[in-house]
Amino acid sequence: MQQTKQILVIGNGMVGHHFVEQLRAKDPLVQITVLCGEAQLAYDRVHLSGYFSGTSAEQLALTTEEAYKASGIQYRLNCWVEQINREQQLVVTSHGGQFYYDELVFATGSYAFVPPIPGNDQPHCLVYRTLQDLDAIAQSAALSKVGVVIGGGLLGLEAANALKQLGLQTHVVEFAPQLMAVQLDQAGGQMLSQKITELGVQVHTGKATQAIVAGAECRYQLKFADGECLEADLVLFSAGIRPYDQLARSCGLAVGERGGIVVNDQCQTSDPHIYAIGECALWQQKIFGLVAPGYQMARVVVSQLTAGGLSFSGADMSTKLKLLGVEVGSIGDAHARTPGALSYVFTDPRAQVYKKMVVSKDGKRLLGAVLVGDTSNYDSLLQYALNDMLLPKQPEQLILPATSGAPLAALTLPNSATICSCHNVAKSDIVAAMDGGSCDLAGIKSCTKASTGCGGCTALLKSVVDDELKSRGVEVKNHLCEHFAYSRQELLHLVQVGGIKTFAELLSRHGQGLGCDICKPTVGSILASSWNDYVLKKPHVGLQDTNDTFLANMQKDGSYSVVPRIAGGEITAEKLLVIGQVALDFNLYTKITGGQRIDLFGARLEQLPAIWQRLVDAGFETGHAYGKSLRTVKSCVGSTWCRYGVQDSVGQAIAIENRYKGLRAPHKIKMAVSGCTRECAEAQSKDIGIIATENGWNLYVCGNGGMRPRHADLFATDLDTDTLIRYIDRILMLYIRTADRLQRTSVWMEKLDGGLDYLRKVIIDDELGLAAELENQMAALVNTYACEWKATLDDPQALKRFRQFVNSPDADENIVFVEERAQIRPATAEEKRQWQQQIPVTEIAVKALAEEN
Amino acid sequence: MAWADICAFEDLVENSGICALLNGQQVAVFLLAPSDEPQVYAVGNYDPLGNANVLSRGILGSIGEQIVVASPLYKQHFSLTTGQCLEQPDVVIPVYRVKLQQGRVWLNAGQQNQQASAA
Repeated sequence: MQQTKQILVIGNGMVGHHFVEQLRAKDPLVQITVLCGEAQLAYDRVHLSGYFSGTSAEQLALTTEEAYKASGIQYRLNCWVEQINREQQLVVTSHGGQFYYDELVFATGSYAFVPPIPGNDQPHCLVYRTLQDLDAIAQSAALSKVGVVIGGGLLGLEAANALKQLGLQTHVVEFAPQLMAVQLDQAGGQMLSQKITELGVQVHTGKATQAIVAGAECRYQLKFADGECLEADLVLFSAGIRPYDQLARSCGLAVGERGGIVVNDQCQTSDPHIYAIGECALWQQKIFGLVAPGYQMARVVVSQLTAGGLSFSGADMSTKLKLLGVEVGSIGDAHARTPGALSYVFTDPRAQVYKKMVVSKDGKRLLGAVLVGDTSNYDSLLQYALNDMLLPKQPEQLILPATSGAPLAALTLPNSATICSCHNVAKSDIVAAMDGGSCDLAGIKSCTKASTGCGGCTALLKSVVDDELKSRGVEVKNHLCEHFAYSRQELLHLVQVGGIKTFAELLSRHGQGLGCDICKPTVGSILASSWNDYVLKKPHVGLQDTNDTFLANMQKDGSYSVVPRIAGGEITAEKLLVIGQVALDFNLYTKITGGQRIDLFGARLEQLPAIWQRLVDAGFETGHAYGKSLRTVKSCVGSTWCRYGVQDSVGQAIAIENRYKGLRAPHKIKMAVSGCTRECAEAQSKDIGIIATENGWNLYVCGNGGMRPRHADLFATDLDTDTLIRYIDRILMLYIRTADRLQRTSVWMEKLDGGLDYLRKVIIDDELGLAAELENQMAALVNTYACEWKATLDDPQALKRFRQFVNSPDADENIVFVEERAQIRPATAEEKRQWQQQIPVTEIAVKALAEEN
Repeated sequence: MAWADICAFEDLVENSGICALLNGQQVAVFLLAPSDEPQVYAVGNYDPLGNANVLSRGILGSIGEQIVVASPLYKQHFSLTTGQCLEQPDVVIPVYRVKLQQGRVWLNAGQQNQQASAA
């Protein structure tokens, strides 16, 4: 080992901080000293405009002084470097402090460029770069009505957003003929102007500001080269950045002609003991003004100072962001400057969406793209560009609206795509596992750990594995599992055609082995949606997942959460009191869910019947939060109360929730009803979304949130309630009959041959002549609904299962709670070890039980 | 090792599990009833991967020739005869001897698989 080195870092912006953090993680011993020019340590400059919409300086902070101290990082605030003596490897600060270094890192960043316009130095002419700048802007804004940003680039529009949030009438002045000239082409820039103008920001392009003089109505007047002028009280310069390289110049390091400290692939300057990273560094005549390349440089230098190996090889400058609420994306050669490049353009003037794709001369590779108003294609386009993937035969499909249903093509995902985020498993890891001989899901799961965390990626993983197998020429059978050589849809037909009522019967007639945790719940669901038997009837008990068995949601410590149904999110004060009292009596943790109801956590198995007895007595029913079934129908308050509502969305939501409650399906189903086009119930993110119109209801289908969000598609417009319900009946029943296990409506519809159009033909035009049958099946299910908790409470045999031990009244000692924010939470393993003796919750619970009995 | 009377045969749930307390240890007892000959299995109730006492609430089944229970938390499969986790073979849960006598279920506190760690 060498002796401990002294590493000195000048600058503590995002990149400087990242460097310090990474270096400390790699080398716990090295001496790190940071000289920071600002009054506080690093903060998030990317989200600076959030400062005006309520994000505090503390929230923007990327670290704290305590954290630096705790990791043994020396730092000085408000500390400016005066001089660097390279021979003695010594840095002198303006306070006279001297710091010796073995290795010196410049992370000085950049400053806002103020164009040399006469009058640019007046009091209310400001820049937008640091937290101090922001405080100055806020002070000035308090005394101003109109603000103008000079500069219509990415940062300029961010600054305009800040002024708008401060309540100023906002203008943007840009010298170039369009906004964001670096990232967007002309048409994209125009679409962006149009959208931003509609949001209340006035855009003036092609304007060269020549002077800032006293104004007539406002504080100042901007005089433009074309003779026109614009009045404003506050002028904000955001006309680009310049690297902070004066210090490097004065100590004789090589700098670029137009600024920037010259670095090589190791981010070394012309002095091998001095590095430069982030926006102050010039690599191959380029300055990278984004945070990701800066971070990359930081990691390169960390690697140089520790193990070595990494080098900087440039960075992709593609960006996707939201400016003033408008989605904007830019990838690679956005301007089609590559010789022979071809462009595909899609414009939707109504929705104000502009998309352009730049492809190579032979149409095989994606070179660049511009997206304005809708960046939903950004990720896949970026993957095509970054991975140099072969484009599909009709590349325009990639930017056209997905009317024909763009399939979830796992095969086209790049190898670098993350499949399981819990265990950080990329597609390449899965392919490697298959190369290594694993060729079934179970094997791949066990060797990659994919899908063994939260399990949210199960369907995607299967899709990747299936596609990969297919591409290797292996015939992929859509078999449910090793026990049944049938798909879910085929099994459903076997059950319905054969009148099969139990798993044992199905297994003996069509399967083999004993079954497993895949086929049993699937068949349980098929039996339930075919015959609507009570799910805990004796032959069905062993089929259900624990959540269905105990009609509650198991949590990480083996305790359960309880969710009573609150249809449409409407609840009386009396019922709220009941929930509150139950939570108090059983010491449960309460949380409001996203589906407008209340989740009660921390119930132990043996408490569930007593809890539900109280809830059922008060008129509650089970909320099926545990089932692959209808969860909630969310609603906004609708025309009853809202000034804007045009229909009674709450009444409709309640009616629909009560109609479909308990319906067992291949996956969970969520719905929502909005009372007007403002869409406060977020219906377009649901499997079934309903939005009120003046004339009735618009029906949206097959949306979802979650891991792979998808907007619902507009299915039919201005329906009366009767037609609306009939369409939903048909769609849901078709989904239940034909979808795969754990397939949400979105993927189901996308995989239907013909997609949305086909679905319309079957549901609306009844081309298959199925409509009446589907409606009848649904009617049978609706008519036989019974609350499972009520049935369970009436069944002494079923109740016997709700005890921890068959031979003891004791509780599970491993379930221990501690208090946090005045409620319980599960104790951590460490806490359990420490407080093994005191188990207060058990006592409370036992007392509650005793009172119940 | 002594046998302990745990419960009546009727207390078992067909093709599912219950949990019993045996000298302070939680034991999951399963009744597999595919045929006329009922088979009873007993393993530790503690899921060492999910760190919770939940295995008695898992789904029973078979993977190949192995009779298994799937953990309700993260779905790993444990063999009911060897206690071994199929996905992570280095993880083994205790397996207990169990017998049916005069309509009662008996457990033996001595673990059947010695390689299982007591933790």
